[in-house]
Amino acid sequence: MRELLDDIDRWKAAGKRIALARVVDIEGSGPRGAGAAMAVNEDGEVIGSVSGGCVESAVVTEALAILAGEQPSRVVTFGYSDDDAFAVGLTCGGIIHLFIQPMEW
Amino acid sequence: MAAYQIFSSRVRDNLPVSLATIIEGPNVGATLVVTPEGAQGGTLGNADIDRVVTRDAMGELEAGRTIVRHYGPHGESTPEDLVDTETVRVFIESFSPPPLMWIFGAVDFTAALARVAKVLGYHVTVCDAREIFATKRRFPMADEVRVTWPGPMFEERGTRLGPRDAVCILTHDPKFDVPAIQGALATKAGYIGVMGSRKTHAKRLERLAEVGITAASDLARIHSPIGLDLGGRTPEETAISIVGEIIAARTGREARSLGASDGPIH
Repeated sequence: MRELLDDIDRWKAAGKRIALARVVDIEGSGPRGAGAAMAVNEDGEVIGSVSGGCVESAVVTEALAILAGEQPSRVVTFGYSDDDAFAVGLTCGGIIHLFIQPMEW
Repeated sequence: MAAYQIFSSRVRDNLPVSLATIIEGPNVGATLVVTPEGAQGGTLGNADIDRVVTRDAMGELEAGRTIVRHYGPHGESTPEDLVDTETVRVFIESFSPPPLMWIFGAVDFTAALARVAKVLGYHVTVCDAREIFATKRRFPMADEVRVTWPGPMFEERGTRLGPRDAVCILTHDPKFDVPAIQGALATKAGYIGVMGSRKTHAKRLERLAEVGITAASDLARIHSPIGLDLGGRTPEETAISIVGEIIAARTGREARSLGASDGPIH
């Protein structure tokens, strides 16, 4: 998250609402470890990455839904190949668990 | 808002700080900022859980570990107490200061190594006793340039070096190399590498023996000649081979091509 701070500061100063997505756990092979983070503001601007490109666009959709109040803050899992609602594959075959929340702290 | 400001200023100042966030259970999203001194801002919703998580986050921070922990609604953490009760899952994310790299010798290889080390997130200090070479102007990418001998440098702050840190000795000059190696061996630095040809290396071993460094456990800590056998020549290629060796030393891998090995990648 270190690398996101300058942009987060700028967004906060501009009064933008921000959703923060952080990898909290990975199972098997994963491109980024726990703590990898990205942030999305209410205008859909995106900084950071959580997987090296595999799931970022799905995370943006989730983050915007959370900012819009359509979804609560929660853990979202990517990488299951079954009929999980958030089934977006990771090319490496791993599973990542992300926590996505509005940044209200 | 206050919690974020405390957190971000600690991260910017390279001071240890931990973020504890409830990711499941009551008060999802509640965040507490913890430093080695204790809780500094925010709350997880009740005093019991704040107290227990603060204690655990301080421990994780000391270990530099990021982890998810489970608690009962009032911070219960023993497994028996968690049976048949609602659990609270807390993501504890530790932000440790960047690892240190000390580079002895203000030479061409130093600039390339300092650049590559910055890419990997090191806080880089270049150290050389020669005032005309050890300048910030020649090493603008370094966080710090010190004009001093290895002895005083290690005496002053050798205790700061730990298992995540690296000492790279690129001077080629025995009057500088030997005290730098002596100084580095007296620290807990995780990586010690010394540049030089195989011939230089053999002579250096003799000089080290003269000052009493002969223990196999000491010699095993010295990576010399420094770097992986990539066949590179330029300072930049050499820098990559050095940081490659540092990574392999940390992970305990042989640094072969993945295509030539099997087993898990990470």
